[in-house]
This record gives sequence, structure tokens and C-alpha cells, in this order.
Amino acid sequence: MHNLAGGVDVGSCTTKAVIIDCEHRIVASHVTYSGTDFECASRETWDKCLKAGGITQSEVGRVVSTGYGRNSVPFASVHLTEISCHGRGCLHFLPGPITVVDIGGQDNKIIKLDERGLRVSFKMNRKCAAGTGAFLEEMALRLRLPIEKLDDLARTADGEVPLGSYCTVFSATEVLEKIKAGHPIDRIVRGLFRSVVKRVLEMDTLTDTVVLTGGVIEHNHFLADLIREHTSTPVRIPPHPQIIGALGAALYALEVE
Amino acid sequence: MASLEKTDRKTIAAASKMKKLLAGHFEALDKAKKEGTPKVAWCTSVGPAELLHAMGFVVYYPENHGALLGATRMATDVIPIANAVGYSPDICSYLTSDVGAYLKGLTPLTKAYGIQSIPKADVLVYNTNQCRDVQDWFAFYAREWKVPLIGIHTHRNIKAVEDYHITDLSEQIQAMVPILEEVSGNRFDMDRFREVLGLSLECTKLWRQVLECGAAKPAPLTFFDATVHMAPAVVLRGLQEAVDYYKLLLPELKERVKNGIAAIDGERHRIYWDGMPIWGKLKDLSTQFLSLKTNIVASTYCNSWIFDAFDPKTPFESMARAYTELFIVRDESYKEAYMDAWIKNFSVDGVIFHDARTCPNNSNSRYGMPQRMNDRLGLPVLVLNGDLNDLRCYSEEQTRTNIEAFIEQLEERR
Repeated sequence: MHNLAGGVDVGSCTTKAVIIDCEHRIVASHVTYSGTDFECASRETWDKCLKAGGITQSEVGRVVSTGYGRNSVPFASVHLTEISCHGRGCLHFLPGPITVVDIGGQDNKIIKLDERGLRVSFKMNRKCAAGTGAFLEEMALRLRLPIEKLDDLARTADGEVPLGSYCTVFSATEVLEKIKAGHPIDRIVRGLFRSVVKRVLEMDTLTDTVVLTGGVIEHNHFLADLIREHTSTPVRIPPHPQIIGALGAALYALEVE
Repeated sequence: MASLEKTDRKTIAAASKMKKLLAGHFEALDKAKKEGTPKVAWCTSVGPAELLHAMGFVVYYPENHGALLGATRMATDVIPIANAVGYSPDICSYLTSDVGAYLKGLTPLTKAYGIQSIPKADVLVYNTNQCRDVQDWFAFYAREWKVPLIGIHTHRNIKAVEDYHITDLSEQIQAMVPILEEVSGNRFDMDRFREVLGLSLECTKLWRQVLECGAAKPAPLTFFDATVHMAPAVVLRGLQEAVDYYKLLLPELKERVKNGIAAIDGERHRIYWDGMPIWGKLKDLSTQFLSLKTNIVASTYCNSWIFDAFDPKTPFESMARAYTELFIVRDESYKEAYMDAWIKNFSVDGVIFHDARTCPNNSNSRYGMPQRMNDRLGLPVLVLNGDLNDLRCYSEEQTRTNIEAFIEQLEERR
């Protein structure tokens, strides 16, 4: 019987690894860019996670993989979808019923769990990446802004420029029109954040406590403020929202162990 | 916890006979086209095929050709050709793939049967019970070949089939007779019509029984089998060959049921599929469901060729009724009750709706039906976004993850 278990979440944008102990405490975690070689990314992230915790491989029992590249983790004994793992990760911090909203690099998910923590329903965005991290990345590029500056700009803006389109490409054109029309960049950025929120709200209803996860939320807490404007239910951000999927995978690994 | 394991779908022995049957069907069409006799009628999938056979036509079904274009993954390459001449990417991708293939001079019949081109129609006969697109589809060829285009305009969104529906439809079918007589050169023969309708009735009864075998636990066939074995019910109904085929297939399936032979070993979950097949991904999806030990045991789509109302004693009226009672032309309340009954009878534990981008008439997820079903039956539901033929509307990874996550959800409930 091992005392530790691991989870690896290979997302389209970043790969996350988490190691937990038998008390369900996070003892190490690490995040790297996924790049184009998922297997390589999973190994590198996992090795760095071990190193960060001063842990040897032999101390870790089972590893569960999840995420877009879940089948590319050769050292994982089981793989599960990110739908299951995000739900499980959130339940670690909050009891059901909850509505998990995960805003990822290339897709969004809304997962509803009942009071027992069992999944009631889930929805992923359609093929289009509108409203995902990829949308904000594209817009940051168009605006020549470092992506990490977006949250502050949106938060401190003294107004908001509404954007109508839900297509990323059309939005880019719309943004250029707004710039040409003389609108301040920070108000446009807040409009972009609002656009992300609208795309999420179109996917499903928000019922029960809303729990926000994913890399986009990790780096853009202002999105939570905007979501709160659209719902009367509590909106929570768990600690380390970016690694919730990997944590969920590690929790499953511990259960199997 | 769902995990992927390799399994194999069991082969149905009757399938080898069907391959020969279909080859015969297309060869007969090719021969008729080359020799100029008998005349070729194009017919929509749920059009008045019985009347056409009775009039002596060989009957060709372009929707079947559309499905072949999808299944062979030729469709996505040829759809843009139709888009470029004005047929929108948002309309029926059977239409756009078929027209695109025609404009490019391609057909999957060449590789499958050595047939160089689709059989040119002498008359085009549609029924709008499927959608309006079939009319526009046939209109393209009517202009192209300058041949007669005739059709039946079915009432839509019907709650209960009323007498006035039947009277109207029956008159519309009868009104075709003079044109069909002129094109075929044959006189309408009521006895022959009754005979053909009788064969269609026998075929449909057998097809229903084939599908009902799926209610057995474990199920002896899958949706993926049914999409193959439905072919005679679609393209050979009204002919003795279709009846003979199902008389061969049905005992094989009944034997499986008797001996508890599952189409999927270790069947763990039973799914109802609503909407069109994703033709270009049938193999991949079949493999994924097999690996998840999940059987799609029933579907709206394969049930579309069950025509209980056929009655040789009243051929026009009963044909009008059979083609109007269809699921696709009914209102939401009828559809919900219909699906509830099949879901219950087939011990289904989850429902998948395929929202086909270019097929609104066959996509039932767009007006809140999945949510209502979830509330009413307490069954998990999943909506997959895709298309019957246009794989530009399909995301491989999104679909795979959605299905896998759905089965994880069903597993959690076991």
C-alpha cells in the first residue's frame, strides 16, 4: 500500500500534475505547457512534480490521467475524462449540489453534481472555441497585450465596450473596429471578458453553488466577478483552480489504490 | 470506472447475402439506364416506392447514395463543390454531397460495384415527409436532365393523424398516376399495386421484428448493425428480395436471443440514439461503444422504415397513412411519447441525441426535448453536435470525450 497517489491532466494548453497523500492533502503539483508532444509533456510535468515534492516514483502508487491528452500518459494505470475529474476535484473543497464551470484552453464545461456528488448532467461547448482561453489568447495577440495583463485591465476599466459577435474571428474584426472608433483598450478588454461570460451562460443554467475551475479562472479572477453579476447563486473559486482536474484524477487514483 | 478495452463486434452471417442483394439492386439500375428500359424513378427514402414499383419502374434512392457518400468519407470533399454553386453549407449535407459528387463526376458506386455513374432519372418523385430539402435536391436534377419532378407535400408537426390528412395525401398520390403512366409507358394496375404493397407490408413487419430483437438483454444487435441491415427495407421494399432477406436475418437474431448471445460481450449499458447516424464515423463510434461495453439498442432513425399502416385492401389510403404516421412529421408530444415507449421497452439507461448541423428535421434536441426527457424519465441524456455527412461540423475529440464522460456518468449510477 502506497501513501501517495497522482493525477495528470493533459490539457490542450497546459499539463498539470498533482500528488496527494492518503489524507487527501496536496503534497506537490506542477504545471507546464503541453506543446505538441503530450507524452513528453506528461513525463516532464510528472517528473517536475515529483521533484517539487521531493518524492520518488516508488513512493507513489497509482496515477490516473485525464484531459485532452489522457491517452498519452504511459505511466497512468487508468484514464478518466476531465468531466469526471473536475467534478471530483471540486467536491474535495465543496459538498454537492454544485455546478462546476470549467473554462479551459480550448473548451468549456458545465458539470452539475447532486447533493451526493453524483453527476446529474454535463455539457461541453460546441466545436467552436468562442468563450474559451483560446479566445482570450487570440484577442491578447490582436491587442498586442501580454495575456497576464488582461485581468487587471478588465478589472480597473471605468466602462465596457459591448461586443456582439460570438465568433472569435468576427470578434477580432469587431475589436479592431472599436479601436479605430477610439474606444479605450481597457474597456474593450472588459467587453472581451463579458463575451466569455456570455458564452458560458449560453451553455446551461447555473444552479446551486457555482464552482469555477480552469486555467482561465486561475489567471483571471475578474471573470468570477462578472459571472456573479449574472446569477444569484454563490460563485466560488477553489484553491488552485487550474489543477482541479489533476487533483480529481489523483483522488480517483487514491480510491482505486 | 469506464476504461477502454479492445473488443470485436460480432459478425451477422446474413450480411454476406445482403451485399449480393445490394449489388444486384445497383446493377439493375445501371443496366436499365444503359438499355433505356425499364424506366428509372428516383424516390425519396420514404417516398411512394410501392406505386413506382407497381408502375414498372426500377427505383433509385438518392438518400441511400448520400449515406454511401458519407460512409465512404467522400462527402466532405465534394460538399464544397455544391456550396460553391449556391447550395449553402447549412442545408442538407446529403443534398450537398450528392450534388457535389455529381458535379465532380464521382460516385461511391464505382468502387463498390464497378458502376461509373449514378443512374439518370426518367422521373423524380419526392415526399416532403423527410424535409423540404428533398424537393430542392430533386429540383436540381430536374433542371439538369429536364425530366418530370413530381411530389407529395406531407403535413408537418402532426399531433394525431386525421382523416383530412389521409384524404389529401391519398389524392396527391393518385394524382401522380397519369404522369407515371406517361413516363413508364405502362398502365396503372391496381392488382399489381396491391401485390407490391403486400410485399412492403411483409418487409416492414419483419424489419420491426428485427429491431425488436434489440429489446432482449443482452441485445443481439447494435445500432451499427441496424444501419447496415436496414438497407433492404430502404431500397428493396416492395420486392420479394427484401422479404426473403429478413426471413434469413430474423431467425439468426432470434437464435442469438434464445442462446443469450450478446452483440457486445459483457453489455453494461444500453443506449437509445436519436437523430441521424454520423455516417463517416460509424466505424470509429462502433469501436468506441464496443470498448465501453455499451450497446445502442434502439434508435429513432432505424425505426423510420416501420410502416405499420400498409393495407393492400386500401392501397392509396393506407400508403398515405403509413407515410404520414412517421415519427419525423409528428409533433413534440407524439415524439416524446414514442421515444418513452421504446426507451422503456428496451431497458435503456441513457439517451444520446445527435444534433446534426444540416438536418434540423431529424435533430430533436433543439426545442428542449433532452431536458424534458431527463426531467420526465430521470435518465441521463447527452447531445452530440455533428452531422450526417459534413465532417467539417464534427469534432473528433469533443465527441469522443462526450461519449466517454457520458458512460462514466452511467457507470456511476450502476
